[in-house]
Order: sequence, then C-alpha cells, then structure tokens
Amino acid sequence: MKLSKPLKQFNSPIYLDYAATTPIAPEAVDAMLPYLTQTGLFANPSSIQHGMGEAAESVVERSRSRIAEPCHGNAKDFVFTSGATEANNLAIKGIALAHRDRGRHIVTTAIEHKSVLDTFKHLESQSFAVTYLRPDSNGRIVPDDLLKSLSDETILVSVMQINNETGVIQPIEQIADALADKNIFFHVDAAQSAGKLPIDLSAIPIDLLSISAHKFYGPKGIGCLFIRNRKRTPLAPLLHGGGQEFGLRPGTLATHQIAGMAEAFGIAHERQAQDLDHAERLRKLLLESLQAAGDFVVNGDPTHCLPNIVNLSFANVDASALLIALRDQVAIASGSACNSGAVEASHVLRAMGIEGDRLYGAVRISFGRYTTETEIVSAGRSIAEAVERLRTLALE
Amino acid sequence: MVYLDHNATTPLDDRVLEAMLPFLKSFYGNPSALYRIGRLSRSAIEAAREQVAALVGVSPGQVVFTSGGTESNNLALNSIKSHTRLLISSIEHPSVTEPVERLRNRSCSVDILAVNENGIFDRESFERCCANRPNFASLILANNETGVIQSIAEWAGMLREQGTIVHADAVQAAGKIPLAFNALNVQLMSISGHKIYGPKGSGALIVEKGTEPEPLQLGGGQEQGFRAGTENVAAIVGFGKAAELALAEMSQWRNQMLDLRQLLEPGLAELNATIFSQAVERLPNTVQFGIDGVDGEMLLMQLDKKGFAVSSGSACASGGGMPSPVLTAMGVARDLAKSALRVSLGKANTEADITDFVKCLKTILNRT
Repeated sequence: MKLSKPLKQFNSPIYLDYAATTPIAPEAVDAMLPYLTQTGLFANPSSIQHGMGEAAESVVERSRSRIAEPCHGNAKDFVFTSGATEANNLAIKGIALAHRDRGRHIVTTAIEHKSVLDTFKHLESQSFAVTYLRPDSNGRIVPDDLLKSLSDETILVSVMQINNETGVIQPIEQIADALADKNIFFHVDAAQSAGKLPIDLSAIPIDLLSISAHKFYGPKGIGCLFIRNRKRTPLAPLLHGGGQEFGLRPGTLATHQIAGMAEAFGIAHERQAQDLDHAERLRKLLLESLQAAGDFVVNGDPTHCLPNIVNLSFANVDASALLIALRDQVAIASGSACNSGAVEASHVLRAMGIEGDRLYGAVRISFGRYTTETEIVSAGRSIAEAVERLRTLALE
Repeated sequence: MVYLDHNATTPLDDRVLEAMLPFLKSFYGNPSALYRIGRLSRSAIEAAREQVAALVGVSPGQVVFTSGGTESNNLALNSIKSHTRLLISSIEHPSVTEPVERLRNRSCSVDILAVNENGIFDRESFERCCANRPNFASLILANNETGVIQSIAEWAGMLREQGTIVHADAVQAAGKIPLAFNALNVQLMSISGHKIYGPKGSGALIVEKGTEPEPLQLGGGQEQGFRAGTENVAAIVGFGKAAELALAEMSQWRNQMLDLRQLLEPGLAELNATIFSQAVERLPNTVQFGIDGVDGEMLLMQLDKKGFAVSSGSACASGGGMPSPVLTAMGVARDLAKSALRVSLGKANTEADITDFVKCLKTILNRT
C-alpha cells in the first residue's frame, strides 16, 4: 500500500519534532471532512430529537468503539476530552477529589508531563501529600521504589508510559500488576505511546489511561480518557453542563475531531509494526550520521525506549544556540514544546541526575511515519555541521 | 432534510473550512515550538485572536481560547470561592446552572433572578436579589430557547456599581447581534465558535483586564496560563474566520433571518400557535412556539420523518420528557410548554423551506 503523505511546504525545514505534534494523516483529514459543512453531517450529536443529530451521534459512538477495540477496552469506558492535558487533569483531579475521604496521599514521578505535574502541585496546595518518584540515571522508574512509597493513605498513582523527552518506556505493566490487589487507582499518561505501542487493557490492570490524537497523526484538540468500570468509578468532572459523555465531560461533541481521531488511531494500530520498524531504521541512521559530530551522549535508557525519540547532548554545545543555528534547516526541540517558550533546563533530565553542560546541551530529535531516510541523513549532516561550527566559535 | 436547528449548531461556512484546511493538511507545527512551522501556527492563532476580539470589541489580549461555550462558562465560574453569594437567572444554560449547583454544595448561596411572562429579567426580583449583595453574577445574554435578549448592560451596570463581578453567557448572542464587551459592564463573557458557522470544539472567554479566572486545566502554560493544553490550531483559525464573517455580514444575516421569520410567524398564527417572547426583542433567527393540545415529542418525530430537523429547545437537555425549564420559569402552562418546538433559522434556509415547513405542520396537525 502506497503511503499518502501530508502536504509539505516548499523549502521548509526538516521536521524532527514528532513528539511535540505530528502531521495529520491525510486519511484522518478525509475522515473529518464529511462532518463539517452544509452538505455534510454537521448536526449536534446531542440533538437526538432529529435524524441528523442521531446520525451524528452514531458517528461518535462508532468512533468510540474504533478507539476502544485495539486497546481491548470497553467502549463505554472511554470519555472524549479536548486532549491529553484535559484527560490528565480529569483523571488526577477527578480521582483525588472523589476519593479524598479514603486517603490524601498521591504518587507520581518527577519526569511526568507538565499537565500531570502541575495538577499534582495544585492538589498539594489542596492538602494532598504528594510523592514525586525519581527515575534511575537512565530515566526509568524503579517499581520497587514506587511500592515502597505507598501507604494506607495512598489513593492514586500516576506514571507515564513513555517519557516525552527521552522516549524511555516505563515499566507500567509491572507497576499495574503490583498495584492490582491494592485499593489504589493507577493512571497512565499514554499521550506519547498510544498508537505506537500496543496497550492491552484486558491484560494490564490500568484504571485510567490518557490518550491524545495529535501525537498519533490525528487532529489537535481531541483526546480521551479511559476509566475502567466507569459506571462504578466515582470521578469528579472538571466541567459541568449538558450531561454529554456520561456527565463526565459536557460540551457539544466535535464529531469531525472524534472521527479524525478514530481514523488516525485505526491506521496507527494497523501500521504499528511498520511504523516502529521505520523508526528503528531512522534512529540507527541518525546516530550513524551524527558520528561526524563526535563527542555526544544519548540521554535515557537505550534498551527501553521508543525508537522515534532521541535525546542527546553534544559536548561543549549549548542547546539553544544549536536550535537557533539549525532554525532554517531542521526543526528540533530542547525539551518538551510546552517548556520551550522559556529558557529552562529539562526537569526530566535533572531528575535523572544529569547536570551542567550535558543538561543545558540536551536536544530532543523525534521523527515518525512521514520522515524519510534522506531527510534523516540530511538533518544529521546539518546538525553535525552546526555542532562543529559552534564548537569552533567557542574556541575562538 | 431541511435543517431548522441552528441554535444547537451550525454548519461550517465554506470559507471557514477553506481557512482551516491548510492547518489540517500542512501547517501542523505545535504553536509552543520556536522553529518556523511552530511560529506559523502561533501567528495564525494570534491572527484569529484579533478576529475574535474585533467581533466583541476588545483587545486581543482579552481573548482566552477554550474548547467551547461549556468550557468558557465553567472557566468563568471557576474562580468563585466557597461561601460566595451568587446570582443567576432562572433561564440559564445547563453549563451555568450545573457548575452553580456544585458551588451551592460548597456553601455558596444562590439567588435566582426570576423572569416575567416574556422571559425578561424581572425588576422586582432583581432588586430583591441585589439587596443580598451578590459577589458574582452570571447572566445569559440571549436565551438559547426563546431567543430573548436581555439588556445586560443595564442589569450588569447596577450590579457592578455595588461591586458584583458579572459574567455574561453570550454563546447564542455573539455573531448574531452587535456586541461591545466594554459597553456591557461585565468582567467576563463566554462565546462559542460552532454557533456562528465556525467549528465545534472552539470558543473563548473574554476577560476584562485585571480579572483573572482560575484555570480548569493545568500544565504547559498556554493561553496566558488560563487554559493549558496544545492549542487546536485549525479550530481556532476557523473560529477567527467565522468571527470575521459574522461581523462583516451581520446586518445582511439579520435581514435574511427577519424576512424568513416574517414568513414563518403568520403561518404559525394560523395554527393558533403561541409564539413565546414574541412581544420582546429576540434573536432574529429564533422562534419558539407551542400549540395547545399537541404533544411536542410526537410532533418532533413526525417532522423528522418528513425531513425537518427542529428541536424542542436546548440540545443538551434532549430526551428528558420534562417541560422546558426556561418556559416553566416564564410561567407557561405545563401542557403548552410540553408542546413547544424551537425553529432556529440559518443562512442556508430559503423561503421554500419555511412554506414547506408550515405546510407540513398543517398536514401533521390535520388542519389543512
């Protein structure tokens, strides 16, 4: 099958920031278009008083099943949100506030995405006690550390499946199994992993799982939260209103967004092995072509990582200088996109014990389905040249 | 299918889709990123912010993009602390009444501003509510069911004088009637994209400088920290375009809607229909009516079968079997309220749609 590709702008830099956001798959764009204009099925999916509304509702429900199936989850346990940030906020605040009478201790890691960390910080100000687990020097959480942090007061544990900066895969299966016989909710932020790694919700006892479409070639502004046994799991909603999404997430459902997400997720599931192989090849190629730059170190566990994220530090090269030097040739990041507005060192690498030049020199290169080998080689060459130039400048 | 449910949602204007497509197909950069394709998304968002700001007469910095009207209303109400005195009217949308119910459970006291038989805020009730010195008030500008328009500037002015923070739910009003935020005497105002031929999943909270809503979702610092999460660039761009079009074409739209309404209402009168709030200023596209002795649910089903998509009122409250709380608040008798239908017109509707609709209604009611 020939791969259809998003339109590329003439002369635009090579895009290697797939962990920040991905292009939308052309198939997903096509899946969105029937639900927008006058000639399409644009009705409000809550307007079930007429056939058009009912038809829109069935599109939403079909999409829900298409997302649930590859995860082996119950469709009715998936609640659509505006993205992973909202899903993370809903899961963490929702569980903490609904179950606060049972205990006031909640656990997460120091390497989570800001939408998890900021929510935990907020709860800390609401008289919750929070444990922030540090990873090992390879960026992996040690399940034993997590188990040791638990107490009778613990009601929630939140760990990401894949770190967005290093690509390191966290041992969520082990953690889920260890928590299974305890009365503790386990939330997984799967924003970076959904669509890229298999998630079998029938086999892994995860209680809540956050997903974002724009990380797997779907549209921005849509995601979902899986809540196991939703009907019997009290969860405090963030929003109150018209009762949509089982009352957990009111607001008019954006049919086109939901249809686009379902299509993108379906494709990601079908192409999972292929996309992973492709990423493996690109990673190898990138690291080879970067040899020319000499003296760099890859941050994060190379044996437990998603191949499409490479976090590395070049000796004696400042990350922001490198990013600026590459601006017209290669689009990469110094950390997560949300951090990049401010010149702030990565909290993830810091938690791994990385400091000094290696910390301030770290860049994240991430690629995906539409990245070509030619692009990777060319980007590798540009990066190596820029590194060399910057090192020479520093010597002068 | 003749679609007569534009207050529930509107189709995208083709020009809005055209504006959005590049951001679905090729400009995919994360607006928080510093490289070129990221900055392109950022500047598209800022251009849309200017378009939305122009629609309601504010500076772009006062526009906080959200996922829609429900989120905007919730965000506006989220800064309310416990033990606050609140004021809302008896005809608010569930995305205001539901968060207020939660606040009631957190030791807030709530005064309900009654409406008169036309659905207009009642002055005596208002004075009684004001005497309780509310700290925060949330008032609907144009009602989603009857279309009735309140003189918010006047009510909010009186509240503001005594120190009340006022939020206006302008989800149905924005883009349909001229709105100057600064003249409304409110500190906060909610608007939505998909009611004005923009995309679902877009909306904004307009914030007066110095008023700081408490964010509902945290992490990442987008939208000046008021609303974290990667921006839905295409939806924001579409919302901006829809706002620009609504502003430019408002009087044309208004005339078109009024022409259609003038065709519809005499037809309804022949059926002895009661048109709610007919005596007062309404949105030009909205006609809610009831016919004594008719079952509204049955009528909706029959109309649907014959190809007319209308609603009994709010889409969100669908399927309850209860009479509309808005009509109940206006003192409409239960049976008449249960017969209510709402026709909300849109740009694509024609005179033939209206005459066909009236004809169909007559056939169903056996009154030809």
